[in-house]
Amino acid sequence: MGEGRKDYRGDFLAEVEARVEEGEWVKMCMQCGVCSGSCPLGPDWEHPPHEIFQWIRANRRAEVLGSPSVWMCTSCHACVVRCPRGVPVAHVMHGLAHYAARLGLAPPGQPTRRLAERFWENMTRTGRVNEPRLALSLLFANGPGEGLRTALRMKDAGLDLVRAGRLSPLAALAGDGVEDPAGLRAVLEKARAIELAKTAALED
Amino acid sequence: MSEVVATTRTILVVGGGISGMTAALEAAEAGADVLLLEKGASLGGWVSQLSRGHPTLCPPARTLEDELRRLGAGRLRVLTRAEVVRIDGQPGDYTATVRLAPPAPREVGNADRSGDPDASPDADPDAVPNPDTGERKLRVKAGAVVWATGWRPYDAAKIEPYGYGRIPDVVSSLDFARLADPLGPTGGRLLRPSDGREARRVAFVLCAGSRDKNHLRHCSRVCCAAALEQAAHVTGHLGDEADVTLYYVDIRVTGSLEDLYRKVRSDPRVKFVRSKVAQITRDAHTGSPVLHGVATEGGQRYARVHDLVVLAVGMEPGVPGDALPLRLVTHAGGFVAPDPANGAIFAAGCAAEPLDVSRCVQHATVAALRALQVVRRVGGVEG
Repeated sequence: MGEGRKDYRGDFLAEVEARVEEGEWVKMCMQCGVCSGSCPLGPDWEHPPHEIFQWIRANRRAEVLGSPSVWMCTSCHACVVRCPRGVPVAHVMHGLAHYAARLGLAPPGQPTRRLAERFWENMTRTGRVNEPRLALSLLFANGPGEGLRTALRMKDAGLDLVRAGRLSPLAALAGDGVEDPAGLRAVLEKARAIELAKTAALED
Repeated sequence: MSEVVATTRTILVVGGGISGMTAALEAAEAGADVLLLEKGASLGGWVSQLSRGHPTLCPPARTLEDELRRLGAGRLRVLTRAEVVRIDGQPGDYTATVRLAPPAPREVGNADRSGDPDASPDADPDAVPNPDTGERKLRVKAGAVVWATGWRPYDAAKIEPYGYGRIPDVVSSLDFARLADPLGPTGGRLLRPSDGREARRVAFVLCAGSRDKNHLRHCSRVCCAAALEQAAHVTGHLGDEADVTLYYVDIRVTGSLEDLYRKVRSDPRVKFVRSKVAQITRDAHTGSPVLHGVATEGGQRYARVHDLVVLAVGMEPGVPGDALPLRLVTHAGGFVAPDPANGAIFAAGCAAEPLDVSRCVQHATVAALRALQVVRRVGGVEG
């Protein structure tokens, strides 16, 4: 079997269908491009969704799983409602991003990935998102200098939010939480173990 | 029975478009008793509004003209403004309840009714006009029914991102057919609705509402060829001034229509962009429609201004499956299926599936043959 032939065997599509959440939808794509044309972040993507779908079928595993594009989805769902084949495009993008992260193939410095990770850490600590703390951790993600500069640039917006009652600086200290945060973490840990076991079973 | 104008040997044809007329004429010319009912005031249906059709066949208007000329033949009777509201019975013995709208329709044709004193609808005791509405009810017998209620265009306003009804220069393919008709409202000039200027940059948006889970799931089949034909009309009409773009998902043309595709594809004045258009907006300064999307061959994002945008809308059945006057087996899109459970009710033309004019004529002829077999069996002519 020559090297050239390997690219056309489509193992990656089978892998996506088996292991990526909502991955079984990929084969339904008819390459009309309405998802990519509808995406409000479209101009900022290196590779829009219809290209990602085609790459999966073209067996371009490394490009897809290492792509920053699958991390660009903001879940506005414009693609989901317009897709003529009913493909949940946003969910597939999140599924691919999550799968890439699990395998350690996701691009490390991708800003939306960093947001997602910080959001998850923040939310799972108490069971509620602590918005001021999330904002602070993002502000200072690139060091104190840039953090201060960004904070000064954004101060009017921040003060407006405080005045409107949408942001409480005190919450950064106290904050809100579920009754049993340890219980919540146990639930999440169990879910994660189930998910990993599923992937491991598929690998056998 | 005195209250009926037809017998079980009659073929009832419902719908006076090209398919119904063809079925009625073919059956009548083969010697059958035929009653053709049309809900509207005149025969001809959609074809009477089309000036152009299949490029290698006779123009649709000419086909219609030929059929109108043949109407005098055989035992064919025509009632217009007549709507079938109910059908009961079984193969060889159906009774249709027909609502006649005022003013009373007149019969045409030269059916020989000398031996049939009750053949006029006026003889029907139920045919006394309703004092409020002026409507009359009529019951007719038939051995077989040809169901030729045709199609209607998918309502383009339902495709919300395309702005039909909000952006004046976004029109449907049927609106365009009127603009392109030399006997139409603009005398065949492509004057765009917003300001009456002649459109030069014309876009055709294919699969507008077809092959789409949110609209019509089926491929309407005729829109690709119709859009290609309309694109060829623009280049023929405007010459070197023409700047046409076709936005498509796949081009689906078969048989001799492939030649039309090749001809249009090789025309440098026509650009093909493989893309389902995502959205149409209106340019703030010029008011012209702007098409947004991503070309899937090459991946370029576009926002292109056009003078006129034509949505190649899909076909849906003229009478939806849930509005039929009796229970029939239908396809998912509401088209009447060729199913034995439908007895001697044979769908013809676009009531059965999306078809172009020439295929409607073929399909209707088949339906007429099936109906003839039933009434001949009833009449004992054939075993």
